[in-house]
Amino acid sequence: MRYTVHPISEKSLTVYFDQVIDEKLNDLVISSCNWLKQNPFKGFIEVVPAFASFSIFYDLVEINRQKKYSETCFQYVSKLIDQIPFADLTRNQYKGEEFIVPVRYTGKDLKWVSDFLKLPEKEIILYHTSKIYRVYMMGFLPGFAYLGGVDDRLVVPRKKTPEIDIEAGSVGLAGNQTGVYPVSSPGGWQIIGHTSFQFFDPAEPEVSVLQAGDRVRFIEMC
Amino acid sequence: MTTIQDLGRSGFQERAINPGGSMDNLTPRLLNILLGNEDSLATLEIHYPTPVILFEESAIISMGGADFSAKINGKDVDSWKAFPVKTGDTLSFGSKKLGERCYLAVKGGLDVDPVLGSSSTNIQAGFGGRHIQKGDRLNTRLRNGSFFAAVEKLKISPRTVNGKLRPAFESRQELRVIAGKEIDTLDEESRNRIFSQQFIVSAHCNRMGYRLEGDSVNSRNYGEILSSSVDFGTIQLLPDGQVLILMADHQTTGGYPKIGNVIAVDLPILAQLSVGQHIHFREISIETAENVYLKQEREIRKFKAAMSLYA
Repeated sequence: MRYTVHPISEKSLTVYFDQVIDEKLNDLVISSCNWLKQNPFKGFIEVVPAFASFSIFYDLVEINRQKKYSETCFQYVSKLIDQIPFADLTRNQYKGEEFIVPVRYTGKDLKWVSDFLKLPEKEIILYHTSKIYRVYMMGFLPGFAYLGGVDDRLVVPRKKTPEIDIEAGSVGLAGNQTGVYPVSSPGGWQIIGHTSFQFFDPAEPEVSVLQAGDRVRFIEMC
Repeated sequence: MTTIQDLGRSGFQERAINPGGSMDNLTPRLLNILLGNEDSLATLEIHYPTPVILFEESAIISMGGADFSAKINGKDVDSWKAFPVKTGDTLSFGSKKLGERCYLAVKGGLDVDPVLGSSSTNIQAGFGGRHIQKGDRLNTRLRNGSFFAAVEKLKISPRTVNGKLRPAFESRQELRVIAGKEIDTLDEESRNRIFSQQFIVSAHCNRMGYRLEGDSVNSRNYGEILSSSVDFGTIQLLPDGQVLILMADHQTTGGYPKIGNVIAVDLPILAQLSVGQHIHFREISIETAENVYLKQEREIRKFKAAMSLYA
């Protein structure tokens, strides 16, 4: 398995695979993260999966105790990555959970999207609800999932000027991605609907709903 | 804005929950050590305009970071010292002299329940710590019974933070950085622009990030970059050629080119810089960055050992 390792800061690094969005590659990312969590090295803090990379955060003081004098902490952790059994992990298919998210397609940009794509709103809803989306990674906001696999007919640009306040539960489109704002936030996605499905609850932040590798299906609620 | 912050929450970035924590994460550690606390205890992070704080019970406190002309009952107080306050004392602030964030630590720590392992306030997502509002009341974990014993000990201890350890934001404007993954894709002119020019801290600076103003850097050579993890101090090159440094409340992942990372030891200095101040970057090796960090941690450990004699 080809990969390169780059430092982010002096306390974190990223392991990059080929930089493509691919389900199997993303499976390997998730399996590698799970392997590291099950086999943590001394000084390991956390591991974070992304589309085609994962990042490791570590305790420099602890790593410094473990490493040889002649190497840097970065080199020491890089060598530990070589011990991850990538070849075996490639055979793992990660099976996430599937979530059904009911949406009211009344978003304020639905008409704009319809005009831009020259598609009736009904068809936009049909295409949006007919796919099963993969959670490639979590990022941006607590509970926000990057969902891939959007129908080619629904590709729209981001807004040139981001909105200052998009309310929690807004369902958006941008590029070949779709997603739900878990908390209210500024943002530039085209809002086509709203859901009461709670991806992140500030009153119960311990409860994690989605994680990388899960699947999401949207259904229309009238 | 005044919030409760500690050294941040780790272990939840895979759920896109950012670490957060104090912007200047050195000062609160030193203030806690000064009080004989665990260095990770939560403190108040105070921005200008400032609050007025009434002590309804005696306490031992310490303050440091920005100089907002702190006063107890109208009399100036020293930073970087532990001192007792009595029931009815009032802490207020005067003019903003230097720095952006002032920290207040109390002996025993603030009584605030941790959420996901931390008492830091996540303002954007609305959980953890507390965003202090007028009329709020906070408890400390040290009750009056142990207060007098603590004051007795305080009398015999030479409690202050060695000037060498404090973040030196009064003078230094150089930020040391290690190269980021996308630095190599910059042409020579752009790279020179990053490391030779003076940037100005813009008005668009907050707990999430610092936008710098400077000659714009060619950012067109990048193809599509897939989002991946970022860290406190990550320097991103924005599509308009300007530079953004991610701060404590940064998102967990980013899709802009990462051209470098401000080293951890210099972040407390950056966190105290104000709009209009000049900074420049100096590239150092990862090896040097690690050594600088480890050296500071050794100094903090020594300070902790010295203070524990009086705890």
